[in-house]
This record gives sequence, structure tokens and C-alpha cells, in this order.
Amino acid sequence: MGELRLMKGNEVIAEAAIRCGCDGYFGYPITPQSEVMETLMNRRPWDETGMVVLQAESEVASINMVYGAAGSGKKVMTSSSSPGISLMAEGISYIAGAELPCLIVNVQRGGPGLGTIQPSQADYFQATKGGGHGDYHLIVLAPASVQEMNDFVDLSFELAFKYRNPVMILSDGAIGQMMEKVELADYKPRWTDEEVKEVSGSWAAIGKSPDREQNIITSLELASDKMEQNNIRFQAKYQKIRENEVRFEAIECDDADYILVAFGSAARVCQKTVQLARAKGHKVGLLRPITLFPFPTEEINSMAGHVKGFLSVEMNAGQMVEDVRLSVNGKAPVEYYGRMGGIIPSPDEVEKALEQKLIGG
Amino acid sequence: MGEVAENIQNIIKPENLVYQKSPVLTDKVMHYCPGCSHGVVHKIIAEVIDEMGIQEDTIGVSPVGCSVFAYNYIDIDWHEAAHGRAPAVATGVKRVFPNKFVFTYQGDGDLAAIGTAETMHAVNRGENIVIVFINNAIYGMTGGQMAPTTMVGQVTATTPYGRNVDLNGYPLKITELIAQLPGAAYVTRQSVQTPAAVRKTKKAIRKAFEVQADKKGTAFVEVVATCNSGWKISPVESNKWMEEHMFPFYPLGDLKDGEREDPEALKMNV
Ligand SMILES: Cc1ncc(C[n+]2csc(CCOP(=O)(O)OP(=O)(O)O)c2C)c(N)n1
Repeated sequence: MGELRLMKGNEVIAEAAIRCGCDGYFGYPITPQSEVMETLMNRRPWDETGMVVLQAESEVASINMVYGAAGSGKKVMTSSSSPGISLMAEGISYIAGAELPCLIVNVQRGGPGLGTIQPSQADYFQATKGGGHGDYHLIVLAPASVQEMNDFVDLSFELAFKYRNPVMILSDGAIGQMMEKVELADYKPRWTDEEVKEVSGSWAAIGKSPDREQNIITSLELASDKMEQNNIRFQAKYQKIRENEVRFEAIECDDADYILVAFGSAARVCQKTVQLARAKGHKVGLLRPITLFPFPTEEINSMAGHVKGFLSVEMNAGQMVEDVRLSVNGKAPVEYYGRMGGIIPSPDEVEKALEQKLIGG
Repeated sequence: MGEVAENIQNIIKPENLVYQKSPVLTDKVMHYCPGCSHGVVHKIIAEVIDEMGIQEDTIGVSPVGCSVFAYNYIDIDWHEAAHGRAPAVATGVKRVFPNKFVFTYQGDGDLAAIGTAETMHAVNRGENIVIVFINNAIYGMTGGQMAPTTMVGQVTATTPYGRNVDLNGYPLKITELIAQLPGAAYVTRQSVQTPAAVRKTKKAIRKAFEVQADKKGTAFVEVVATCNSGWKISPVESNKWMEEHMFPFYPLGDLKDGEREDPEALKMNV
């Protein structure tokens, strides 16, 4: 068993980054995720593993530092919260267009605009449908515990390099700020220059040796026919990701008549709702997407054949419910319940909504 | 073989070679307009990389603007950056590759408009990178709109009656601002309109790379440049126009030559 600690979600992101051999973190402070950089600065990983930590002048700069360092074929990351992620949208689009691996952590807060610093899931569309310009997708992982904040860091880098695609951990202020017991991973050493060359040498800008062509990191292709080919290649990659990387958790779904669909903090709430509803004799289960892109479409669709309805529970105005409806494809009723502005719904208000919208209706 | 041809054959011998295309330049035909300064500065950079023997250790960051395709011409690994973000991209590269040579190549729109923050802060951190700044007082690529560096009275696509300070603000002497920053080690302004000027610029760029090798802080080389297409005058007239109108406002020469400020000297007493 790895080392056990009581830690905040944000602190764990930092700790996991150091332990998984991350080469660089570039960020800018914003509540509720500033502890990520604060923890890193306290831990001085540059002394311990050589990991670079740099406070940039803005999110625009930090994501572009990530872009540069990711183009060097190394494990690099940033973290921010909603308004900061909006500023990063340009850079994220470039990183996706240049097909670079990196990790972006979004510890969401309520919006739009400056909004609130309380937890929210209102960046679901932005995270899963692109967010910046152009046809691209991030791989999006939604942790529901401090443990998953830990586990998804290493997993993100693994997926990022496997598909040469940016990965986002879509968390929120509740998971970022709460303390839980966490089992930390063992240290992995950072890749040596030789290992970087082996892993990333075919595409990364690491210095051109005479025996090969230039490695050019770019998203530019002025010829439309070639740009279309690039897009076709990207879409094929996203398809492969859809086929291979769907992750979800099904809680008491086997005999369920009604299924709650929720991710992250909302899923934690719904776990309790399942208990409350079952105590009342309603057969309710919870389907928790862990990957929001790729979305567990087929799994939801196959459940839709034998349940009486789905309730998508979200801390936003109903964003994921669109993906649930597409997945269900008319086979069963799909309702939405949610709170906005940084409010976490309570388990019994979700239970009430379930009764009103599906069971009683 | 005729006598003349034979004489030529006698002349074309390796030992008689006085000048050749740098091997660090690719064979691709440059897309730049005839008379444009970009090609000359590319040539200089390639020569410096070759002469310093650092082709394998140099990573370039190309901009958005006419020189977006710089990576097609200089035979090293490159990173294309979003408009204005090159100094941040270069920071990312340099921080994870502290022993590589990293340089950005940016126009005035790129560096002095959309990327002002990234530029100022990279220099202020004293990033050990080289920034090559091509100031042609206009946005070339997008069709000749006003740049921050456009001269007062200069006609551009977005200042059709000439740049008017009340309407458009003043031309920005960004290099003078850069020279104030404690992270800057070497800041110079050059040009490439004559062979003598080209030689000076080459010396400056070589020095900038040496400053980087010595980890002295940021090296910043502005090249006052022409854009005959954007200015809508001939290349020859462009050179004259630049000398007459730009040099008085953007005087050539070194603005700073040393190294970044000593951090110890700035530390507060506690
Ligand atoms: C975010 C963004 N805004 C605007 C543009 C359009 N754009 C392309 S090049 C350019 C101006 C470049 O001018 P400069 O940096 O002076 O370089 P030059 O073309 O003169 O060499 C602009 C505005 C862009 N590519 N990206």
C-alpha cells in the first residue's frame, strides 16, 4: 500500500504531479485552485526531481509555456479555474491542433464571468465540446474524490502521450478544497533525455540531429485540402479514444428502474440519494461518467432499454443532460435537475426531484 | 570547352569560395516579397547558428505574421506560436531545456501589440532567450494595417488618412521599454538595408546568442525593417523612407549591453 495522508484535493494534484515524474508546471493563481501551485512551491520539486514550477504573468502565458514545454516532448501541466481556463482557450486549441500531450486541471467555479468562487460544473460544454476554436476534443476526466484527484494525474499523462492529445481533469471547488484520506502513488522518476528522445523524439522539438528531418510543432496548414486531411486524422483519433477509453462507475444499476447520471461532486451527492431512494423502496441507481469525453454513450444506451427513466443531476443549467439524451436516443425519458451559481444540491432535494420528475410523474 | 568557360571552371574551386548559402538554410524558396527584410534576417540567423555550431541545440519559435513560415527556411527544430505568445512558448521550452538555445522571431504586431505582456514579462524574468524583433511599422501579413510602431502620419489600411495620435495613439518604442527591464542583458536596434548594416546586425545576433550561452539574461535584437508591399512603395524607396522617417524615431545602436541586474543587489533587507 502506498503512503496514506489526509490532504486537500488541490494539494494532491501537486503531490501526484511530483510523484509521477512531471517535468513542468506553469500556472497563475485563481481561487479555488491556488493550492496546486502553492503546494508545489512549498515542496521545491526542482531540488527533489528537477521539476520546473513557474508562476506566469497570466493564464494566456501559462498555457503557452505549457505549449512550448509540451512541444519539447516532456510531461507538463497547468491548472486553473473557470475564468482562467477561458483565457487558455486559445492555447488549448493550438495544443490540440499541434497534437501535443499535456495536462490541464480545471477546478471549476460558478460563472459566467467573474462569477463566484464556489464549486460548479458549468464548464462542461467548454471542456467536452472544444472550448477553443476548431474541431477538437480534450480527453476529459471527472474526479469525484481526492483519491481520484491523485490517480487521474498519472492516468492523464498516460493518455496524453498515448494519443498525443491534451487531457483535462475537470474538477470543481468542492473536490479541490475538501480533505480526504488519500493513498499516494510511489515515485516515478522523470524521463531522462534519452527516454524523452525515445518516447517523443519522432515529433518533439528537442533539437534537430543531422540524421533526421526537422521536427516542427505547428497547427498551421494553409492548404485547405491538407487541413481537411489533418482534421480527418484528428477525428479518427477521437473515434479511437471513444472506442477505447470510456470510463464510468455504475452504482446499484443492475436492478434499477431509475438511473441518476452525475459526475464529480454531483455524483457524490447522488450516491446518498440512491440510499435515500432505496430506503423508500425505489429502485434507483447511479451512473457516474468518469470520462466526460469520451462519454459513456453506449453504456447508457444499453441501460435505456430496461429502465423507466434517467435523471441527469448537474451543478449547471443542464449541459450533460444533452449527452445523456443523445445516448438514450428516445428509448426512455430523460430529465434534468441541477443547481447553479456555485450551489451543491442536497441529496434529498435530488431525491425529491427524482420523485417529481420521474417516479411520481 | 571554350576559353572563357575554361577560365570559369578554373575559378569555381572550393579554395576560391568566398561566400555560400548557409547549410542551416533549407533549399525552400522563400515566400517573402522581393525587398522584404525577413529573408535577410533569416539568412543571418542561419549563419550565426552554423558558425556557432549549435544547429542541434537550437529551437526556434516562429510567430504569427509574414514570418509564420520561418520554420520552412531555417533547418532546425521549431515551434510555431500563437499571435504574440512566442516569448511564453520560448519560456516553456527554455525552462525544460535550460541548456538549449531558444530564440523567438517576431514582428511588431506580434511583439508590441497582442504579445506585449508576454514579451515584457519574459524579459522581466530575465529568461535566457534571444528575441529577434522585426519592426516594419505595419502589419504585413494581414494586408498593411496599423501597427503599434506605425509612424505618426503614416498611411496604412486602417489609418487611410495617416496615423493620427488623437485617434490612434503614439508609436510605441517598445525596445526602449524593454531596455529598462532588469532582466534584459543586451538590447540593440539594428537594420539590414546595406551590406554594412547587415554585418552589424549579424554581429548583434551572434552576440545575442552568446549572451544566452553565458546565461546573462534576455538578449533582444530589434531590426528596423522595410515592408515595401505594405508601404506601397518600391524596395529602393522603402529603404530611403525607412532611413528618413524611421531612423530618427527609432535610432540605431545598442540600448543596453551587459547582463541582467544582480538579484542579490535587489534583495530586501530582512
Ligand atoms: C489572435 C489573432 N489575431 C489576429 C491574427 C491575424 N494576424 C495575423 S498576422 C497579424 C499581424 C502581424 O504583423 P507583424 O507581427 O507586424 O508581422 P509582419 O506580418 O508585418 O511581418 C495579424 C493581426 C491572428 N493570426 N491571431
